Order: sequence, then structure tokens, then C-alpha cells
Amino acid sequence: MTGTAARRARKRVLDPGRADEYRHWLRQMMLIRRFEEKAGEAYSLGKIGGFCHLYIGQEAVAVGSLAALRPDDYITCSYREHGHALARGITPRAVMAELFGKAAGCSGGKGGSMHLFDASLGFLGGHAIVGGHIPLTTGMGFAIKYRNTTQVAVCYFGEAAVNNGAFHEALNMAALWKLPAIYLCENNRYGMGTALERASAIYDISERASSYDMANEVVDGQDVLVMHAAMERAVERARINKHPTLLEVRTYRFMGHSMSDPIHGHYRTREEVEGQRRRDPIGVWSQRLIGEDMLDEAAVKAMDQEVVAEVEDAYQFADEAPDPAPEALWKDVYAADGEQS
Amino acid sequence: MPTLTYRDALNQALREEMQRDPDVFLMGEEVGVYQGAYKVSRGLLDEFGPMRVVDTPITELGFAGVGVGAAMVGLRPVVEFMTWNFALLAIDQLVNNAAKMRYMSNGQVGVPAVFRGPGGAALQLAAQHSQAFESYYAHIPGLKVVMPATPSDAKGLLKSAIRDDNPVVFIEGEMLYNVKGEVPEGEHIIPLGKADVKRPGGDVTIVCHSKTVSVALRAAEQLAADQVEAEVLDLRTIRPLDEEAVVSSATRTHRVVVAEEGWPFAGVGAQVVDLIQREAFDELDAPVLRVTGADVPMPYNKQLERAAKVDAGKIVAAVHEVLYK
Repeated sequence: MTGTAARRARKRVLDPGRADEYRHWLRQMMLIRRFEEKAGEAYSLGKIGGFCHLYIGQEAVAVGSLAALRPDDYITCSYREHGHALARGITPRAVMAELFGKAAGCSGGKGGSMHLFDASLGFLGGHAIVGGHIPLTTGMGFAIKYRNTTQVAVCYFGEAAVNNGAFHEALNMAALWKLPAIYLCENNRYGMGTALERASAIYDISERASSYDMANEVVDGQDVLVMHAAMERAVERARINKHPTLLEVRTYRFMGHSMSDPIHGHYRTREEVEGQRRRDPIGVWSQRLIGEDMLDEAAVKAMDQEVVAEVEDAYQFADEAPDPAPEALWKDVYAADGEQS
Repeated sequence: MPTLTYRDALNQALREEMQRDPDVFLMGEEVGVYQGAYKVSRGLLDEFGPMRVVDTPITELGFAGVGVGAAMVGLRPVVEFMTWNFALLAIDQLVNNAAKMRYMSNGQVGVPAVFRGPGGAALQLAAQHSQAFESYYAHIPGLKVVMPATPSDAKGLLKSAIRDDNPVVFIEGEMLYNVKGEVPEGEHIIPLGKADVKRPGGDVTIVCHSKTVSVALRAAEQLAADQVEAEVLDLRTIRPLDEEAVVSSATRTHRVVVAEEGWPFAGVGAQVVDLIQREAFDELDAPVLRVTGADVPMPYNKQLERAAKVDAGKIVAAVHEVLYK
């Protein structure tokens, strides 16, 4: 499942000087997990409406990759982006309030679960048309080249998006123009209920990069350290060498496609899901840190209690926060006249 | 005042705006080395270089999305489609991304981009190359839709569109590129959302835009020979519609004909009629009539094509009808 780079990373002894960073990754993954569990609960209670796509099982991908970025980099995501928003630093309160549709949400309650934004963090949206946001990242990469800065633009999307023309068009131009863009495909095996091999003529998505003469890598997305190392290589390629990369990150979604989809059923078996759950990214990383004496069981437990409290606070905040004012309906359809140059 | 073609007026607007603002760049099919499929971008590659005059592959969805993404982080792209027929491949980028970004992000992320190119029918290009799509885009909150009819308007409106902080759909008349007219030099700005009386008259209003403006002016001349003074009101901007100008003219003339190249169903004219019946119902002396392209795909055959298009005769006939002549 993993390439040589991943094997190399696993063998590597953890750097004791980075213990705080490693513990922080674990905490972030645990925060996302507890946040998503709570979001699922809130959805069942009718406090969150519409569609709600949980990130449980894929936490190491967002945490490991986003840790390799700078604050001034640009990020766009698909609609399964609660975890990325939290890992990038949008507060649990602001994300939960957005899911609840409240004015204090990171998109003012007008975006919802699928459209989280925080421009101050370069977090330029969750997007809900499969593949439609991939060209946006190419455009951000173009803007970086145009301005000759050392930023990078990153796009997160699922493996089902690679069969969409937008993916091909966006990657072709990024390679043609040598843009500092990273296309991070989270291959969780299923586009809703359709398995990868039932939708894609080739199994290894990374191979599609060869159509564009683009650097590529297959990455074990259940190991945060492997994810982080691969992303660091891609970031360096973009920032220093101005070349784009396609990362195929193999991961797994432990929950259904959305809240209305059962965990297993028509398209995957209970045995398959349970087998994948044995490589829970949080378990993998906490065991690794414990094994290297960077953490003990009690510390993991304390960390869990902390994030549970943080999520509980976010939930209470979101629940009590006011709805957007009625006038918000009409606001921000167009730029205000005063904003026109 | 210098006389320029519509094409050169657009070129002048692009050049001046690119000189004024280093964030403005042009991208699209054949805009650079080829000097523009319709020569609107002639000379710009030499002056501004390949980073600001960007030839793209034939990949409308992709480069429209590149324009949206670049605009989201503060550049001001002018995205050229070789024609709006091909832009249908990119409509998701305009409708789902460009138009909605500001709203979905609660005002955090805008898309100050212009999407431009020729629309409407030319001559014998048949069904897939002869279409008027302004009503598609005008339907979408978040987009502005601009359609100049004269060289002067082409320059003044394109400069405004480039400076606007919203995504602007700028549809040029494919049959208008060679039309000549006086164009003010330098800072010539026409605000978006303002209609223009191209010919004053007191007996009837002909509401029109883009290529139908010249058709309506011809119809007005024929009517004048018959002692009917028609007012020709050029909408110039479809969205936001200059409602005040339409209602004011209808209130003065009491009779209105709306002409457009597009198909009748849910067209721009339907919106204008809705406005007039709401705001000027008691002022009307006759039902408002519409003259549109025939409700068929455009045929290739010259005679059939002529029958499908709006012409002065059809407008004159509609005017006679609202005058009960």
C-alpha cells in the first residue's frame, strides 16, 4: 500500500526535538475525531441541517499535510472539509457555529458544512461540486507565479473527482505553466457508493500524473508522519522548484458518505470497514508516540479529555449563538458600492 | 474625437486598463501569439508579455476556473472565450464559483473577474455557433451582464467591468466588431447598470441591446418616414437592469416593443415586460410586444437563417401592432 518513501519514513526514528510538534498532531487528530462525533450527534438532533460529510478515519491526511504549510499558503477543499478547517486553525467554535448555521460561523451561517471559509488563514473554501474547485487552485498557483512570491496553493479532493474533466484541465495547465500547486487526492476508496475500480479505468491514481509529466507519489494517509514527509517534499518542489505535484493519499472513511449513508451496506461490507479500522490513524500515531516514550497512556487520556471539553464548548457556543440577522439574506451577493475601486 | 471600430475600442480599453493596473491580465484561446481570434487583443502580447497575455489550451472549464481562482486571491483577470457558445463548457465555473463565492464566504472572498467574448448569431454558422446566452447569466444573482452596442460603449463599459469588484459577463456582438464610431480617448468610463437612449422619440419605445440596437435604429428610421417617432432604448447592461430608464420611457411613450436576438422563452424581454406591467401598468395604451429570435436552433441555410433572426421589418410590424395601425 505504501511506496518506498513511506517505508523509509516509517523506519526513521522520531526526532526527540520535535516531540511537541508530534504531540500537537495527535491532539489535532483527536480534536477532529471528537468534533466529528459531536457533529454527527448534533445532526441526529436536527441542529445541523442539509448534508454533513464526516472526516472520521481520514484525520492524518489533513493534519499531516497542513502542518507542512506556511500561514500565507492557499488552501481549497471539497465538501468533506471540517477536519481541514480545524487543522488549519479555524476554531472549533467557528466551525461548529457554521454547521449550526449561526452568524458566528466562519462563513456567517451562509455557507454551512460544505462551504467553510477563513480568508485570513488562506482557507478558501469548501466546495460542493465534485472537481469544480480543482481549477481554482491552478488559478491560485498562477497568481503566485504572477506575483513571484514563494507561496504554494493546495487542493484537497476525493478520488472520484479525478474522473471529472476539471481535474484533467486543471492539472494539464499547472504542469504546462509550471505552477506551485499541490493536488492532494484523498483516495478513500469510494465516491459515495461507487468503488474506485468501478469508476476509474486505472487503479493507481498517481499514474494519471504521467499524462502531464507531473511529479507524483503514493502516500499512506493513515500514518501522519508519512503524510507529513510526503507533503514536505511536494511543498519544497512547489516553493523552490515551482513544479506541481499530484499526491495520491490512500486513506479510508470510517463513516458513511454522509449522515444519510450507513457505515456499511450495499457497497462495502462490515468486515472491510472493521479491517480498515484496525489502522485507525489516531491509534497508529498514539501507539508510535507511546512506543518512543514521547507520551504515555495517561497523557493520551488527558489529551482526549481536553479535546472533548473543547468540542463541548464549541457545541454549547454554537447552540446558543444567534442566527444571522434577517438582512444577511441580501448581503454579499455583490460587492458593496464602496468596495469598487 | 477619433473614430474606431468596436474591436479597436475594446482593444484600447484592455490596453489602458492593463497599463493602469498591474493586476489586470488577459487569458484565453488565441489571445497572444495569434493576436486574438477576432483581433481584439492585437498587439497586447508584445506590449505586456506572456505572463499578462496568456494563451490557454482549448479548455474553457479549466481556464475559466483559473480566472476565478486568480481573482479569489486578488488578481483581476479578463478571461476571453473565443465565443460564448464554447463558454457553456465553463458555465459551472461562472455559476457555481464566480457568482457565489462572495455570498458563500460571507463577504470574505470576491471574484473581480471579467469573462468576455462574442455572442449572438453571425452569418451562416448554424446551430452551435449562433446563440444568445445573456438570459442564462442574467438569471444568476452575483453576476453582472454587460452587452455594448457601439464602439464608445464597448470601451467605456469594458473599463468599468474591469474595475468592478464583481464577476462580469461581458458579451460582445459578433457582428459588431467592424462597426465604426467615435470613441473618446483616455479615461472614458460608462457606469454599469445604466441604459442609454440611442434615439429619442415620443410615440413608442423599442427596448433593445447589443446587435438589436442597430436593427432597432433602422426600424426607427423606417417608422419616422411614416411619422412615427420611436425611442430606441439600449439597455447596455442586462443585470443590473436599469429599471428606472425602462419605466420612465414606457411612461412617456405608453407603448413598448422589446427586441432581442435570443429565444423567446424566459428571455431578457420577458423580464422587461414583467417590469413594465408591474411599474407602469396604468400608463400602457397597448400590451407590450416582444420580437425575438425564432424558437428554433439556428439553421444554416441563408433564407431560413434570415427568417429566424430579428430584423427591422419584424420590429416595424410589432410597432404597428402596439400602435393599432
